[in-house]
Amino acid sequence: MNRRDFMRTGTFAAMAGVPMNVRTEPLNVTPATADAIRVGVVGCGGRGTGATVQALSTKADVKLVAMADAFADRLDGAYEVLTSYEREDWMGGSGDLTARIDVPEERRFVGFDAYKDLLPHVDVVLLATPPAFRPIHFDAAVEAGKHVFMEKPVATDAPGIRRVLDAAARAKDSKLNVVVGLQRRYQSIYREWVDRLHAGMIGDMVLGRVYWNSAGVWVKEREPGQTEMEYQMRNWYYFNWLCGDHIVEQHIHNLDVANWVMQGNPVRAQGQGGRLVRRGKEFGEIFDHHFVEFEYDNGGRVLSQCRHMPDCMHRVTEGFHGTSGTAPRPGTIVSSTGNTLFEHDDSEDPNPYQVEHDKLFDALTAGEHRYADGETGAHATMTAIMGRMATYSGQVIEWDEALESDLKLVPHAFAWDATPPVVPDADGRYAVPHPGKTRAM
Amino acid sequence: MQTTDIQLAPVRRSARRRPGPTLAVAALAMVAIVSTTAGGVLGQDAEAPRREVTIPGTDIAFHLVRLPGGAFDQGTADATVGDDDERPLRTVELSPFWIGIHEVTHDEYEVFRFRGLDDHIGEPGIDFDADGVSRPTPPYEDPAHGLGKEGHPATGMTRRAALEYARWLSLKTGRLFRLPTEAEWEYACLAGASGAGTAWTDHQSSGAHQRVGETTPNGWGLFDMQGNVSEWVLDSYDDQAYAVLSDPQPAADPVAGNPPRGRGIVRGGGFDDPLLRCADRLPEQAAWKRRDPQIPKSPWWNTDSPHVGFRLVSPDEDLTLDQISNYWKDLLGAQ
Repeated sequence: MNRRDFMRTGTFAAMAGVPMNVRTEPLNVTPATADAIRVGVVGCGGRGTGATVQALSTKADVKLVAMADAFADRLDGAYEVLTSYEREDWMGGSGDLTARIDVPEERRFVGFDAYKDLLPHVDVVLLATPPAFRPIHFDAAVEAGKHVFMEKPVATDAPGIRRVLDAAARAKDSKLNVVVGLQRRYQSIYREWVDRLHAGMIGDMVLGRVYWNSAGVWVKEREPGQTEMEYQMRNWYYFNWLCGDHIVEQHIHNLDVANWVMQGNPVRAQGQGGRLVRRGKEFGEIFDHHFVEFEYDNGGRVLSQCRHMPDCMHRVTEGFHGTSGTAPRPGTIVSSTGNTLFEHDDSEDPNPYQVEHDKLFDALTAGEHRYADGETGAHATMTAIMGRMATYSGQVIEWDEALESDLKLVPHAFAWDATPPVVPDADGRYAVPHPGKTRAM
Repeated sequence: MQTTDIQLAPVRRSARRRPGPTLAVAALAMVAIVSTTAGGVLGQDAEAPRREVTIPGTDIAFHLVRLPGGAFDQGTADATVGDDDERPLRTVELSPFWIGIHEVTHDEYEVFRFRGLDDHIGEPGIDFDADGVSRPTPPYEDPAHGLGKEGHPATGMTRRAALEYARWLSLKTGRLFRLPTEAEWEYACLAGASGAGTAWTDHQSSGAHQRVGETTPNGWGLFDMQGNVSEWVLDSYDDQAYAVLSDPQPAADPVAGNPPRGRGIVRGGGFDDPLLRCADRLPEQAAWKRRDPQIPKSPWWNTDSPHVGFRLVSPDEDLTLDQISNYWKDLLGAQ
């Protein structure tokens, strides 16, 4: 092994449970043919653009034919990035994507209803807006008979979850492929690990610990001339109706792993959270920390923590305890006597973000119905929403009741001059949930 | 590994809030250092000028040593050693410069990263506006992978981010700090013929970087040039760089590529590498951004380079604030 190979396959990667020498995205710049699978993207932020690059980097005969976003500047920015996106050899495959992009002005749609105009033009749609809109978009895509890749989370409230579950069932009946961007489900180190836990390598699962503790994410400042609706749409992370709070928007990944390992959804949850450090107006209404105890049908518990505070312990991972051993981190299983039972080296594993699209487009090329992630995505999202209900209210939340909740965060109609569901007070501050008082379901 | 009598670890010093553009030059007492692993006494140049620089508004200090200019042979002549990108051997002529004796630490980088820690108000004559600084966006996951904070090297940043740190520090102190060129880095690592330091490599470091300055420094008093973390340099990678820039010889203060564009280079190897030679060149890897799901990927952070950090150099001559400001505008554009 020469030194460069060594750099690429460093042993710390396996230790930290992250892929290092994963396959670089294949770049098949074979021009799209007249029969190419027609792709549209709804939501042209960084993730929507990333998902589009991955879709266009599959082996399938694909073509991006339409784009949609609430904002013209975001759409134009994404189009510019996609059409100028070049990879050099050292990035793994050289070339650009332009031979697979055909999005003339008349197929660039802007506004709240842009998705309606886009759907007739495509075979498969990538849904990557803020999660508030996912139930509406997914429902419409299934209604229009389109295959779907959709980002997590898939809703921000229980009525949205029910709409997604309904559409997911219809998608299955119509044999429409649905892939949800919970990429750990497509990541070898997780799949190998969970398979062995399900096979009983350390007995029955009794306890899980899942974490997304980080410094927080971006903020978009309020700008002169913005309506309140536009401001919230730009700074969407900090408004519950749009984002769901970070326990939903980010921590869903870890909670989905919990459900996967525990082989079911939690039956109840209780917990606590608040807004201790991140208290400025620009942070809207969401909490900066949540700690939730989830109880599963078999009596197993999962302790979940997520935090957005700078300069604190940073930890994003999952670990589980069984009756005869532990699974301290993804890819590792240890017996109760300390013997390593399983250790997965992920240094050669593929990039899960690319795998999601490789698999989806393989299925579309083959004309087969292989993926129905809608229900899993809805349940993972509901788990996170239930955690939020618990921390906001300070009460014990039952799954069945939470799922039936009629508390609707997302409005029925959208317009730039409409009043959003939450508005600031005279000082520009938003009401923050108050455990013990807030009605969260 | 055992080291003794090292007095230059980057401890938090008592507050020194007015270093300003004219920095105190402190000739610190040098110590002879016994390395048990090297099995001998390494000499140090007791006359080498040193400086302590405190980040304005904080009590965090770091140290620079002045290296004499001169000519040295960069690269590797022996075709059986290393990779072809180290050839041909070329003679390089360098101006004198100052170089950080340690890798930039987490503590130092945090002041730049978080506006809330950077409460220094610009002084008269200093071209610094804390609110106008381009600072790293919050990463989605920890780019340092939880491998150590206080006293440890800052890691996981892109080359562009390391350069923005240097711009920030330059404008804050009124003195130009930048990444070393590849030639400067190699020259500093070789330390003339005065001896190599000890290094945290994959043999002893237990899969994580260690606090800076806990090894034996090289003969010029520089710690962790080899091992601990790999270090960004200014140049962009070109495997033919030495051939291209070898004519005419000697090349004077060369810098290759068109930084910050192109593929970066790191040097020195890290805690997860075997002991690398000073001449080893390690081009930036696509895998370091593999788990970044966004396009464009973060200009500030790599998802998977917790083994990469940097150190700074500073030119010997005093530059005006305009010159410093223009250097950064030319290299990185406006803030």
